[in-house]
Amino acid sequence: MNEPNQEYLKLVRKTMPKTKHFSTLLRAFLVGGTICSIGQGINDIYTLVFKDMPKEDITAITLLTIIFITAVLTGFGVYDKIGAFGGAGSIIPITGFANAVVSPAMERKQEGIILGLCDNMFSVAGPVIVFGISSSVLVGIIALIFKSWFI
Amino acid sequence: MEIFLTYLKVFLVGGLICVIGQLLINYTKMTSSRILVIFLLLGAFLETIGVYKYIEEFGKAGATVPILGFGSSLAKGAIKGALSEGFLGALRGGIESVAVGFAGVIVIAFIVGLLARPKTKQ
Repeated sequence: MNEPNQEYLKLVRKTMPKTKHFSTLLRAFLVGGTICSIGQGINDIYTLVFKDMPKEDITAITLLTIIFITAVLTGFGVYDKIGAFGGAGSIIPITGFANAVVSPAMERKQEGIILGLCDNMFSVAGPVIVFGISSSVLVGIIALIFKSWFI
Repeated sequence: MEIFLTYLKVFLVGGLICVIGQLLINYTKMTSSRILVIFLLLGAFLETIGVYKYIEEFGKAGATVPILGFGSSLAKGAIKGALSEGFLGALRGGIESVAVGFAGVIVIAFIVGLLARPKTKQ
């Protein structure tokens, strides 16, 4: 009588993480898609308001606006709740980067402005900045060597 | 109708990029720092081989809002700088193209950090 039970348990163990797995994927998709759509909305509003601005500048101030909104939401503790629900959907958009800078800065404030706040601001963002700048210089040097590929 | 289609594309591209990230988290248990670095480098790589501009054309904010877009503009600026100014441009271009975002994040985070009270202490 035990055998079917164990098989059943195996089946349960096999399927249980999968359902959870699927729900995390769905939530990441919804939250990530929503954040990007809000970004597109802000972008469209700026395109209407600043008609002469080049496209790159519109993108830059859109990102700046999203960063500002995220920082305020993090300050009020709202972004943590979005993060708990959305998983990667809240990490991969630029909002996740902004949150990763603001959140440790807030939490370590008691240790002092310089050693607590400023030092810990870059605990997550530091590697991102180091890799980002290094890779851009590498790409620039590749572009210098193989000029004809990029023109 | 056209505007609906645009937002659908934005939602799909942004959502799918996040699903790829969630798959990485689920299967490798990576920390958010690593995820951000990997996606940044992926964006820089896709820009360098000339693919990201097509994703951006299709997905609009769905491609510029994820951290991939940050990597892509870093690479785009470095290539542009290298072609127009040589070696100094290769060094300057990348940072210049994301300067607004970086400066914004740092200043806003500093101000919010000074003003806000951490939730955990209440």
